[in-house]
Amino acid sequence: MHDLTPITALGGTSQRIDTVGDVCLTEMPDVALASVAARRGKEARCRAALKPLLNADAPPPGRTTANAPFESIWTGPDQWMLLADFTTHEDIAAHLKSHLADTASVTEQTDAWVCFDLTGPRITAVLELLCTIDLTWFETGDAIRTSIHHLGCFVICTETGQSVRILGPRASAGSLHHAITTAMASAL
Amino acid sequence: MIIHHPLLGPRDSAEFVYLGAAALMDRPDPETASADDWHDYAYLRDNPAGPHRELWFHEGGDRSILIVTRDTTTHEITDVALARPAGAQI
Amino acid sequence: MTQTNRLDGGQIDRDATLSFTFDGKTYAGHPGDTLASALLANNVRLMGRSFKYHRPRGPLTAGSEEPNALVELRSGARQEPNTRATTAELFDGLSAKSQNRWPSLAFDAMAINDRLSNFLTAGFYYKTFMWPAAFWEKLYEPIIRKAAGLGSLSMQADPDAYDKGFRHCDLLIIGAGPAGLSAALTAARAGKHVILADEDFRMGGRLNAETFAIADMAAADWAAQIIAELCTMPNVRLMPRTTVIGAFDHGIYGAVERISDHLAIPPAGKPRQILWRVNAQQCLLCAGATERPIAFENNDRPGIMLAASMRAYANRWATTPARRVAIFTNNDDGHRTAQDLHAKGVKIAAVIDTRPDAQRSHDYEVLQGAQVKDTKGRLGLTFVEVAQADGSSRTVECGALGVSGGWNPNVHLTCHQRGRPTWDDGLAAFVPGGTLPPGMTVAGAANGALSTHGALQSGRDAARKALGLKGRAPAVPKAEDAPVNQSPFWYVQGCSRAWLDQQNDVTVKDVKLSHQEGFRSVEHLKRYTTLGMATDQGKTSNMGGLAIMAELAGKSIHEVGTTIFRPPYTPMAIGALAGRMRGKEFHPTRLTPSHFWAKERGAVFVEVGNWLRAQWFPLPGETHWRQSVDREVTATRASVGVCDCTTLGKIDVQGSDAATFLNKIYCNGFAKLAVGKTRYGLMLREDGIAMDDGTAGRLAEDQFVVTTTTANAAKVYQHMEFVRQCLMPDADVQLISTTEAWAQYAVAGPNSRRLLQKIVDADHDISNEGFPFMGCANITVCGGLRARLFRISFSGELAFEIAVPSRYGDALMRRLMVEGEEFDVTPYGTEALGVMRIEKGHAAGNELNGTTTALNLGMGRMVSKAKDSIGSKLSERPGLNQADALMQVGLRPINADHKVTAGGHLMNATGPVDAAHDQGYVTSAAYSPALGCMIGLGFLKDGGNRLRERLRLVSPVTDLTVEVVVVSAHFIDPEGERVRA
Repeated sequence: MHDLTPITALGGTSQRIDTVGDVCLTEMPDVALASVAARRGKEARCRAALKPLLNADAPPPGRTTANAPFESIWTGPDQWMLLADFTTHEDIAAHLKSHLADTASVTEQTDAWVCFDLTGPRITAVLELLCTIDLTWFETGDAIRTSIHHLGCFVICTETGQSVRILGPRASAGSLHHAITTAMASAL
Repeated sequence: MIIHHPLLGPRDSAEFVYLGAAALMDRPDPETASADDWHDYAYLRDNPAGPHRELWFHEGGDRSILIVTRDTTTHEITDVALARPAGAQI
Repeated sequence: MTQTNRLDGGQIDRDATLSFTFDGKTYAGHPGDTLASALLANNVRLMGRSFKYHRPRGPLTAGSEEPNALVELRSGARQEPNTRATTAELFDGLSAKSQNRWPSLAFDAMAINDRLSNFLTAGFYYKTFMWPAAFWEKLYEPIIRKAAGLGSLSMQADPDAYDKGFRHCDLLIIGAGPAGLSAALTAARAGKHVILADEDFRMGGRLNAETFAIADMAAADWAAQIIAELCTMPNVRLMPRTTVIGAFDHGIYGAVERISDHLAIPPAGKPRQILWRVNAQQCLLCAGATERPIAFENNDRPGIMLAASMRAYANRWATTPARRVAIFTNNDDGHRTAQDLHAKGVKIAAVIDTRPDAQRSHDYEVLQGAQVKDTKGRLGLTFVEVAQADGSSRTVECGALGVSGGWNPNVHLTCHQRGRPTWDDGLAAFVPGGTLPPGMTVAGAANGALSTHGALQSGRDAARKALGLKGRAPAVPKAEDAPVNQSPFWYVQGCSRAWLDQQNDVTVKDVKLSHQEGFRSVEHLKRYTTLGMATDQGKTSNMGGLAIMAELAGKSIHEVGTTIFRPPYTPMAIGALAGRMRGKEFHPTRLTPSHFWAKERGAVFVEVGNWLRAQWFPLPGETHWRQSVDREVTATRASVGVCDCTTLGKIDVQGSDAATFLNKIYCNGFAKLAVGKTRYGLMLREDGIAMDDGTAGRLAEDQFVVTTTTANAAKVYQHMEFVRQCLMPDADVQLISTTEAWAQYAVAGPNSRRLLQKIVDADHDISNEGFPFMGCANITVCGGLRARLFRISFSGELAFEIAVPSRYGDALMRRLMVEGEEFDVTPYGTEALGVMRIEKGHAAGNELNGTTTALNLGMGRMVSKAKDSIGSKLSERPGLNQADALMQVGLRPINADHKVTAGGHLMNATGPVDAAHDQGYVTSAAYSPALGCMIGLGFLKDGGNRLRERLRLVSPVTDLTVEVVVVSAHFIDPEGERVRA
């Protein structure tokens, strides 16, 4: 076991939590991520290999799956992001590669992203100041990659109107956090 | 503008980066092309007042490059397709 | 002063009193008032001075079309010029100042212009300031600039915040008058997502200003009831105080919502305004109509206003500009004003109707077939002179005059794309025409349905049609349905100083003059006279100007046409367009994994793209950046230095065709690169010019890690996606950016291996034999953490780049510092990095500047002829391969104390110094601690064959001439022994 102490994307040793009114923004450092892109011509085999990992069919465009052990987001044609608990799946990329073998390219993405959960009954008022997503139709299981404060982010609806998960570029975690908390103060 | 992504539906054009005319996909065959062919490919562009096929990179989205047919006089978009067809299933 | 002109009733809250000041004087008003209505209630008619002649002016209207009553609102940094008093919502403590006057509103020295009006006619500037030409810059322009404009800026930064937001709906309804409310109700009850936006703080439009009934209720009460119902519906969003400023492509509308303009200061964290981008499947424009004035001599005195505005002041705001008023009208609507004001106890001195058959009244005198000839009253109307039907003159004493010339549909937003309004003879007005913005329908008065019943019905029907609703239409409530009876009457014959455009001081005479001088297109008329320009964009004035033009040209108004409208519908704050993107938040900031550590060490940071990078790390006692940078360079070359190079773009390239793909994007070969090896690669643009350079390490048969320069990371990724998706669609290649996933540090210097051996787990051999130059490997560090190691060097020293997952980057840097103590390890920043790469002769952004080729960079032989790659064909063009082509060289000053500057040009040792004799230019320069002098990299014609030649480095802009000698670009270790050590 190595002896290097990690820091969160916001530079802390523990997750940062911000609350405005009844909406809460929580930094989620314990999310392991890997991208899975089907190899050309092996798309069907890749999907078949993904199925037991996801306990579901690989999601179609704009959708996610939320079963253990790996949650998933559609990220592009024949391409998904898989999510797992960091504490148990820090080796997510190696683990997936061993299952998917030559059907997919697997790339560790854990620390390419910062993950925030935004929860509360009025998150819609916050989100509409941040991104172009049509929130009237944004339901549990939907996921959209869009721009927030000029940063390409994934926004995943984990509970309609109540909870979203936002993945943004890790190096800009501070800017993204500032944009979201500013919108919270403005909207709530 | 709103671009109707073949996979993701209507998306704001702000999520895209314009990459130029779709004619860029027709790269000359290096085995057979003449110097003029390369010159035309690299430097000459049509500038139609009307329908224009062009490439839009969904940088803020799924990273697909789309071939968008847009009327340059009205911005009406009549067709959108993936530059690289997806695999058997998406 | 008390509110002497306050009437009964109205939609103001008399239980609360608001105190405000105008030009320093304190007044009282009520919630629900605008600044204009409160001033009128306090018997203040004079609110401004006109632009050119400084004529005293009062409000012409009661809405956003106001040309006259422009004030400076608030004070200090929040001072806002040219704010319409007619829309400024009153709040306690509001302070306003009149503008464009000196020393005071009542006595304005610049009113002398009014006496000089014979000279200040249309085209005055064009005619007067033509000659002598030299006078323009020194004399004329300063004078004009001083005299121009209305209000003044605070010259301080705007202290308020503005937001941007995004909303979506099935139907956007613009305007909450009878048509808008009727449409909203229809759509909302059908379950559609509806946004109803209105610029007013009180929804209801004209219904708030009228006394007639709808469904046996007062119109305002009916409106309030509908609004209350809409409020309860979850699929409806009401947006009062929201101006839809423009109709953009594909159903996108811009809307400015004034969140805090009705408050003294926005609450903490709240924006002043939000610019909404509304994405609407369908849009219903229910913007109503604007009353148009009639031009007559001296029709601009304070107290003269549009009749329906006067009625709105009375009915909605319970105020009147005077206790004794007259009306001048060409239609029935003027009589409505007379009736309503009479009912409120205002004395109607007379109704002057241009029509000989105008209806009479029991309550007041109606002068049939009469016209207003002239008016009197310097700072406010005192009486009007009327020419009666029989030719006799008559004086009517009054403190205010309501003028009604009919109504113009508000077609502005229909023009924002390809719409061109068309003339409707029946209405004697322009109505929406041409190609409307796709998805837009126009209803109510904006579409010519001027009666209340017509508006209600039109709103309902348009909503049903736009949304494709089937079934029987719900009934429209009973409402006023007076026939529209508008006939053109633009100006009183014989007048000359009769104002058409009160904001720009354009008179009937000016329009005639410009016609006489040959300005005969509407667009020319507008530019020559300034008719319809400035903050009101001619909402009340355009029509009159066009009509007179048509008359002079002997054409119909239809033939003359109209100018069209652009966004924004009404003026908007620049801050709203900027949103939160101001100052440091103009763009997001990217922090490196070692940022917090570097900050602790007191690093000086530099912005590189969006990244903040450590530029150097000053130590106590260092007072000049060069001391820090020289020390960092020297220490690195002597022992070991560490630099965060995470910012270089990293792209994971995988797939069975990954090597083929790299062969295509790099001009040099990659197919045969062995696993565990890294290679330098040069990417060309298709036109043969160098695009970017970097390295690609082969981690597996089917996996490469490609690096790009920091600045080009996004562009290179884009280019690679283009090649992958558009040129090689069948190839098995997958790309993903991993720039931020890995913290990557350069560890450079003769002791770099010894330092790393303390970090890298023992089972990985990183000796020169086990891990030679240009090696790469997946390894573990610090007891099992996955990491990547590359043996590459940008500094020219023995060097490595080590990468760990970003979250461990901070800890790894601290560990390197601790473990490196025995070697005096030195962190170095981008300046030292730059010095070392210049000493080594490595090209960077300054050399890959978008004009240089592989040949220029000294890498001509790298372009493989054995394969096709992007740019390889066009790099063979003769023009890029001339015998004297620029070649990268090194440059040293003859005198070691002399400066070498980037950007300077190279000239032969003797001969002329001019562009024709240019020999090349310097791209990079730095002080080299190793050489003890400044050195430079540059491009020199035929540079490969000119080693040891003396040249002059000149920079005429900095008046510099330095003698330099041409040397190899590899100042340090030209044989490359160090990197292989």
